[in-house]
Amino acid sequence: MALLPPREGWFHQKVAKDEKIWMGLAFVVSLFLFFWMIIWHVYAKQNPSFVTYKTTPEEFYELTQAFIEKYKVGEENGIPVVKPPPGSDVFLLARQFRWEPVLILKKGEEYRFHISSLDVLHGFSLQPVNMNFMVYPKYDYVLTFRPTSAGEYYIVCNEFCGIGHHMMIGKIVVEE
Amino acid sequence: MAVATHGGEQWFRTCDVTGFKVDVRAERIAKVNAVMAVVSFLIAVIAALLLVLTRWQIIHLLPVDWYYRVLTLHGLDALVFWIIFFELAALVFGSTAFLNTRMSSPFVGWTGTALAILGFLMVNYMILTGNADVLMTSYAPLKAHPLFYLGMILFAVGALLIVSTFFANLMIWRRENPGQSLPLFVYGLMAAAIIAVITIVSGAIIYIPTFLWSLGIIKDIDPAVYKLVWWGLGHPSQQINVSAHVAVWYLLAFLTVGGQSINEKISRFAFILYIVAINVASAHHLLVDPAVSPVWKVWNTSYVMYLAVFASMIHAFAVPSAIEVAQRKRGYTKGLFEWLKRAPWGNPAFSGLMLSMIIFGFIGGITGVVNGMEQTNIIAHNTLSVPGHFKGAVVGGTALAFMSVTYYLIPLLFRKKIAFYGVAKYVPWIFGIGVAILAVSMYILGAFGIPRRHWDITFSGGPFTFTYNPVTDFFWALFGIGGLLAVVGALIWIVQVVVSVFFGQPFRGPQDLQIPIAEPVQMDEEHKGFAAPGTFVLVLLFIVAFIIFVALNYGWLSAMWEVR
Repeated sequence: MALLPPREGWFHQKVAKDEKIWMGLAFVVSLFLFFWMIIWHVYAKQNPSFVTYKTTPEEFYELTQAFIEKYKVGEENGIPVVKPPPGSDVFLLARQFRWEPVLILKKGEEYRFHISSLDVLHGFSLQPVNMNFMVYPKYDYVLTFRPTSAGEYYIVCNEFCGIGHHMMIGKIVVEE
Repeated sequence: MAVATHGGEQWFRTCDVTGFKVDVRAERIAKVNAVMAVVSFLIAVIAALLLVLTRWQIIHLLPVDWYYRVLTLHGLDALVFWIIFFELAALVFGSTAFLNTRMSSPFVGWTGTALAILGFLMVNYMILTGNADVLMTSYAPLKAHPLFYLGMILFAVGALLIVSTFFANLMIWRRENPGQSLPLFVYGLMAAAIIAVITIVSGAIIYIPTFLWSLGIIKDIDPAVYKLVWWGLGHPSQQINVSAHVAVWYLLAFLTVGGQSINEKISRFAFILYIVAINVASAHHLLVDPAVSPVWKVWNTSYVMYLAVFASMIHAFAVPSAIEVAQRKRGYTKGLFEWLKRAPWGNPAFSGLMLSMIIFGFIGGITGVVNGMEQTNIIAHNTLSVPGHFKGAVVGGTALAFMSVTYYLIPLLFRKKIAFYGVAKYVPWIFGIGVAILAVSMYILGAFGIPRRHWDITFSGGPFTFTYNPVTDFFWALFGIGGLLAVVGALIWIVQVVVSVFFGQPFRGPQDLQIPIAEPVQMDEEHKGFAAPGTFVLVLLFIVAFIIFVALNYGWLSAMWEVR
């Protein structure tokens, strides 16, 4: 009884059959979900990375500039366009309120993304595939992507970063 | 013990409906906190209306600065102030009236209340004057005015003081009643109070240095440390809700149909699992972050191998089975579901209880687990799926449970008749269905990649533009309709409460009771075979829906770009 102390002998009362079966089932499902995450982590191909380097906004800015200079192929709406070779390190810089550079990648090839911010937290939201990661200042988050489809993709900022948050959109082109 | 039993009987009144001895001094503190809860809820609901009308892009009401300002206001008033003030009222009232005991220290209770109200006023003022456009999470290095952080700290200290009187009240009760066990409702509140202490301490650990940082005394706040510790407050504060509203479910099952947990040991065990495992949920928000390891993520986000999910599933059987067994005792034994068909659906507290359980379980619970799995979080993180999840869990689950139990608090705590009682039976339906539509449509919009906390998804002024799948237009319309329905339901409830409490007719005794209190039923000592076959079928349905939803999400994930 929810409002009065429990009746005599409540601690030794037997559990009803249906409640017992339900608890067993619920516990098995709970354990299954737990081990499923681990199995997926070991065997499947979509897992959030945990490779992270300490950096500073200044250092990361330098690295990105060097990367842009090395592989720059043009410019779009004032943002440099960069075509790094497959398998290389890619630098993506977030700041209020833009992503740079624009990237041209090749389908089926692996790229080692370094993502960091110059100022506040940002959100890396790759559309329309809908994959989402956090971007921090002072932390270089290393995500190794292999694009499995070609076309134009956009990076929407999905962590509130200030008044111009809604203008913050970047671009990735994946070629066949 | 002198300290425990000595003291004036003049502090007490005897409730003419329940027979409980009520310490009038505790009652006043509970009333003030309950009123503050409703005030916060009103602000949150008005803000919600403005937000729905802004994000629904065909209306796009607010300008950009006010959108984020109102969003900050909505988050804090809905998820912190409304809920915690209500819980403080429940803790004070529950630990005195329901235990027939006295308030340990009215002074501490009032000091806590005053600090909490002061903090509430400071935070709201700072937000509305544009000094804290940092959203609820105020992720460093976004910086707000120092008084915003100070307000949060004062609120936390106030809440902590009131929680401490709760434990002191339990000690007095323990001395006066050696060897007795707590009633299940108060036991659930105790679990909530323990979780609250852990939560509020995390809040203090992060807000105090952030306050000093905003004053310029500390040079630097590490953004990853901030986010980690802040979520030690952010998600666990919602686990206080879960524990409190599950306690309210047991209370409502008892009040509306006389239902009692068919095995109290099991129900209590589930509350203990909450205390042990639920607070590590803060990892949900760091699954796609740098700086924490996968082992940490998997262990914590799964609440220690899903022990807290297991606990919720135990309650998911225990509460409806309490209702079923009581109804069967009344003679509604035909088939699997006569007990449900012949339940008191006209009682707003009963329909509210049922909708709260269904929305919390099927929408809030299932989406919560999927959002919180290490890999599927990649799909959901920071999209509208996240608020979609907690609309189901906190608004459909907690808020609806609290709204429903308020129909009993108006006569029994405030001693007033419920104004416009005839309307009350529609309120849980309008609000519940509205919230359900809102939550589901938000979740689906999120699955299409629509971000949360975003003023303009046409990206006006940006270097590029992107158009989301046109199917989303349909779900935006549903989002608008659901949101407006929920706001209407909430406003009707607020008007009823305010009119009853401040302008209502006095409640003079049992003859004035509008909302029925069921006679308790005599329980069997032992159950032969299945105690609650109807409930068993319902929970099986739940587990099937759960597994299908997990499988769907992993299916979608496997079609995405590879990432490691």
